[in-house]
Amino acid sequence: MTVEGPNGHPLLEVKRLKKYFPIRKGFMRREVGAVRAVDDVSFHINRGETLSLVGESGCGKTTTARCILRAVDPTDGQILFRPTEDTVFDVAQSTRRELRRLRRDMQMIFQDPFSSLNPRFPLLEIVGEPLLVNGMRSGRERQERVEELLRLVGMRPEYMRRFPHAFSGGQRQRIGIARALALNPTLVVADEPVSALDVSVQAQILNLLLDLQQKLGLTYLFVAHDLSVVKHLSDRVAVMYVGRLVEMTDRERLFNSPRHPYTEALLSSVPEPDPRRRSQRIVLEGEVANPAAPPSGCYFHPRCRYAQDVCRTDTPVWEEVAEGHWVACHRAKELELAGVRDRLPMNTAAGNSTNPATNATLAAGSATDGDATDDSE
Amino acid sequence: MATLAAGKRRPLLRVHNLKTYFFPDEGTVRAVDGASFEVCAGQTLGIVGESGCGKSVTARSILRIVEHPGGIVEGEIRYLHRTDGREVELDLAQISADGPEMRQIRGGEIAMIFQEPMTSFSPVHPIGSQIVEAIRLHSPLGKREARERAADLLRQVGISRAEARLNEYAYQLSGGLRQRAMIAMALSAEPRVLIADEPTTALDVTTQAQILDLLRQLQTDLGMAIILITHNLGVVAEMCDTVVVMYLGRVVEEGSVDAIFHNPKHPYTRLLLQSIPSLYSEARVPLPTISGAIPHPYNRPEGCPFHDRCPQFIPGTCDRHVPELQALDEEKSDQLVSCFLYHEPTDERA
Ligand SMILES: Nc1ncnc2c1ncn2[C@@H]1O[C@H](COP(=O)(O)OP(=O)(O)OP(=O)(O)O)[C@@H](O)[C@H]1O
Ligand SMILES: Nc1ncnc2c1ncn2[C@@H]1O[C@H](COP(=O)(O)OP(=O)(O)OP(=O)(O)O)[C@@H](O)[C@H]1O
Ligand code: SF4
Ligand code: SF4
Ligand SMILES: [Mg+2]
Ligand SMILES: [Mg+2]
Repeated sequence: MTVEGPNGHPLLEVKRLKKYFPIRKGFMRREVGAVRAVDDVSFHINRGETLSLVGESGCGKTTTARCILRAVDPTDGQILFRPTEDTVFDVAQSTRRELRRLRRDMQMIFQDPFSSLNPRFPLLEIVGEPLLVNGMRSGRERQERVEELLRLVGMRPEYMRRFPHAFSGGQRQRIGIARALALNPTLVVADEPVSALDVSVQAQILNLLLDLQQKLGLTYLFVAHDLSVVKHLSDRVAVMYVGRLVEMTDRERLFNSPRHPYTEALLSSVPEPDPRRRSQRIVLEGEVANPAAPPSGCYFHPRCRYAQDVCRTDTPVWEEVAEGHWVACHRAKELELAGVRDRLPMNTAAGNSTNPATNATLAAGSATDGDATDDSE
Repeated sequence: MATLAAGKRRPLLRVHNLKTYFFPDEGTVRAVDGASFEVCAGQTLGIVGESGCGKSVTARSILRIVEHPGGIVEGEIRYLHRTDGREVELDLAQISADGPEMRQIRGGEIAMIFQEPMTSFSPVHPIGSQIVEAIRLHSPLGKREARERAADLLRQVGISRAEARLNEYAYQLSGGLRQRAMIAMALSAEPRVLIADEPTTALDVTTQAQILDLLRQLQTDLGMAIILITHNLGVVAEMCDTVVVMYLGRVVEEGSVDAIFHNPKHPYTRLLLQSIPSLYSEARVPLPTISGAIPHPYNRPEGCPFHDRCPQFIPGTCDRHVPELQALDEEKSDQLVSCFLYHEPTDERA
């Protein structure tokens, strides 16, 4: 089945994508098992929107992104990409020639602005390289385009002759973005583009990403672990856990009325930069499951406070529980989960809470009040 | 903080005008350039600021482990040292870094959780033997008792199968477990002050919540003072009683956590708070930003270190004079700020 959005077909449709990495042992490098880095993942991204992929370290976000760009070959599944309304490619099956053409339409922005730029080349060559590779032979034309790109990302074109080491982290990230935009891509995959940056510079880059999206009509697949940043940038959000998607919906619903217990726990863990909003956390027990030996049934069941017998035996299906709201949980329809607006105050006695205690199922946890009461007055 | 001002509690540790510089061949790095703050038992002080502002060097200065070619060039680190059941005030900046007192204090009375988790444990010894060694350094326990205590500590920080874990190596542990083991080792001598340098930065939010919860619980149980170093303002808001905001080696503002987050005065503190997206703020709108980037340590601006990025810059003053950290107003002295919007230049330079 193909999804059809308000603007026709989605730009990208990922269907039942799998990527298993073999685990080899011994002298013969015998295959003894597999890391299920991406395990049956389906989602779509509409033209011009930002879909974010979130989840704990090792859950398969980067691997999913790499499959989409065919930086690794998927084990199974389809990746339908429509650079225009009436052309469709299955990136998972594309030939090398096709891929070369497709890579103009799909570009990547990396996490580490320090290691993703070749230190031996000046900006002109770093940003201009994709142009040269794609046949822009004239040095003059290239230089003009590089000037234009540098201006677009808020850098002075005069810097063109300088080398990456002369720039700060934020400037290097701008250079990486200019390079990614050189060939006018439609889809930009950004894997943790701001997590290596200082707080004050992070805001500049987030603004730039939003601004470029508007100006150029870009579609973003955004991978990040900072949920406040994700909330700020996304139209829709997909939550991953041990290689699988557990929930996907629009930003407001995901943050305010999540339907998957893992999403609820994740949201509750985010420390809010406001001491008056100190709140009870759902502190998840234990560790993330091992993708080489995941638990039975629902992968989240050993840590889930709502788990029942069926969760230990049966894999929950990925289904649309409300229009545009996809969840994989046996109890998605019955549970009343807390979003960020339902946070429980940490200590009701402190009396400075604005959050009504709406969800009685939230356990007290072991947190104690950090703010010593002041009785000296 | 008000209790503090009323003199109800005596601070365990008072840092005053600390300056720690590095002298590499290329020039002088004023890594910490006049930091002052204090912390009491049972309280958590947060030190926040962006990369390179001097948070870690401040911590290393307190423990007297600043590496060559650096050193403390000025200032006091007054600590209430406990010896023979009495408390004696020592200036850690003055005593010998390798003397008996400092050896007793370092890792014993003041313990540290380091920013780089892999460097704190040796890769060639199981974590158990390292914790045992740390225990025996500060107590007369025999090998077997020390091992039992090590297992107890692992249990205390929420590590299951503690006995078995003692035989494991740091690289075999997940990030969260390694961080817990590090906290266990830091707690081995029952420190009075725990310095935690970015204890959760490398961790997922869910694991971060576990570790912060653990620190809070341990503080309630043991009454330690905690100095929490981080660049994450959410973690500070959640954990701290008082906060120090640093920029380029200097404390720009200091106060109760509520004052810093709800009544910030310094332009840098204000901008920093505005520039981070929040779960409650409006999505997909431009964020207020701070222009430019943090200067290179060799290119410190003259005058106020923030002046080349400050929207309230006062020409002729901010670029000529260095603001000092001063009480905001004389009456309620729990908020300190270093900015000419609030006080006149006091230095001699023109
Ligand atoms: N080339 C590879 N060979 C073997 N295993 C791999 C490879 N790349 C990734 N993996 C494994 O696949 C899983 C998913 O990794 P991935 O990098 O996609 O996670 P992630 O969600 O991006 O994590 P992070 O937030 O830490 O970047 C992990 O268990 C990882 O160890
Ligand atoms: N051994 C050293 N030699 C020279 N300069 C140093 C040394 N150690 C630190 N510095 C400098 O001192 C300044 C403060 O460093 P510090 O490590 O305290 O920063 P920080 O606030 O902890 O930053 P981060 O958030 O990145 O950990 C930086 O400019 C740094 O480059
Ligand atoms: S399926 Fe069961 S274990 Fe899994 S998230 Fe839902 S309730 Fe929890
Ligand atoms: S002293 Fe001047 S430049 Fe510095 S923060 Fe205050 S107003 Fe801005
Ligand atoms: Mg990744
Ligand atoms: Mg540091």
